[in-house]
Amino acid sequence: MSVIGWGIDVIRRLGQRAIDGVGRLGRATFFLGRVAPSLGLILGRFRLIVQQLYMTGVLTLIIILVSGAFVGMILALQGYNTLVRYDAQSSLGLLVALSLTRELGPVLAALLFAGRAGSALTAEIGLMKTTEQLAGMEMMAVDPLFRVVAPRFWAGWIAVPLLAMIFTAVGIIGAYVVAVGDLGLDGGVFWSQMQSGVSVTNDVLGGLIKSIVFGFVISWIAVFEGYDAKPTSEGVSRATTRTVVSSSLAILGLDFIMTAFMLRGL
Amino acid sequence: MKNVEFAVGLFVVAGLLALAMLALKVGNVHVLGNGASYSVTADFTNIGSLKPEAPVTVAGVRVGQVAHIAVDPVSYRAVVTLNILDKYRFPIDSSASIVTAGLLGEQYISLDPGGSQRNLKNGDKIQVTQSAIILEQIISQLLYSKAGHS
Repeated sequence: MSVIGWGIDVIRRLGQRAIDGVGRLGRATFFLGRVAPSLGLILGRFRLIVQQLYMTGVLTLIIILVSGAFVGMILALQGYNTLVRYDAQSSLGLLVALSLTRELGPVLAALLFAGRAGSALTAEIGLMKTTEQLAGMEMMAVDPLFRVVAPRFWAGWIAVPLLAMIFTAVGIIGAYVVAVGDLGLDGGVFWSQMQSGVSVTNDVLGGLIKSIVFGFVISWIAVFEGYDAKPTSEGVSRATTRTVVSSSLAILGLDFIMTAFMLRGL
Repeated sequence: MKNVEFAVGLFVVAGLLALAMLALKVGNVHVLGNGASYSVTADFTNIGSLKPEAPVTVAGVRVGQVAHIAVDPVSYRAVVTLNILDKYRFPIDSSASIVTAGLLGEQYISLDPGGSQRNLKNGDKIQVTQSAIILEQIISQLLYSKAGHS
């Protein structure tokens, strides 16, 4: 008897979770709908966005530069080790460039951004809510969605594609340094193989589109979680964790879908 | 605030520069974008794995690219249209052959200039062609000839 009761309890909790999840998704969509009108207006006060671009973009630059360079160097070492077995090490430049422009650049930059800047956005907005700064703004007839949320949303959205491009470029330069400086490949072959195999419309533009989508999703999740956080210290900490977890999962899931569409064509 | 704006401006410039580098240095956006070209056709019995946008070279120098590939409904031969840059002119009795870059590399078309006084012009057809070498056919011929001996 108790086994049945336990089973029912498990299913009930599962249902509760599902309802919670769908409810959050609905709230997030409504939230986006409420933010959307101020997204256009805030462009008139571009200074607010610039300030947030500094917080989200410029301060994330260091981690992007360092990880980009190391990812490129590791790709060159690993790729060389495999390619040299087939005497195809001249294709190393192409291998590195395709992996970086198509996948690793946009995805890793987005994951790093979610951890470095997305979490900070959530914590900042969540703490503003906890300390009733948002409520205070409303009292002064300042719309916090306009003054606080919209600039952060735009800044995150603009920063991610830029960071992804920087990540990819630095990665390729890192791979060049290892391939030509350490492994002794010919520099001309490295670049010419790359240029003959990388298509601007498919690979570079495809990566750019991916990173624009990722930027939108991360910024949306980050500002929503902050705005939706329970106004307690535990609530803010949970919201920050949720931002990192859900944006990472969203990035990887969306990446799979977009890759499938890009490789097969619509 | 001044410093913040400067840093953000630098960040945006760096991002756009990275995109420009990816488009120009990593990709190949500049290869055939400039200069008009004229097109000539060439028939092959077998094109192997030649694909559109494969390079057309003369003495190893890239002078154009494969525009498109079709099958002649009457002769069942492959009709390959080549776009050659306007600044390069070749005699009308030039020959075209499909060659492979390295053992397993991509296939491209190599032109061998002939000796005629008249040059190829738009819409002309290259008469002398050499098809792609299919490695599997050579291997099977070799095996059959070996089998015949023993």
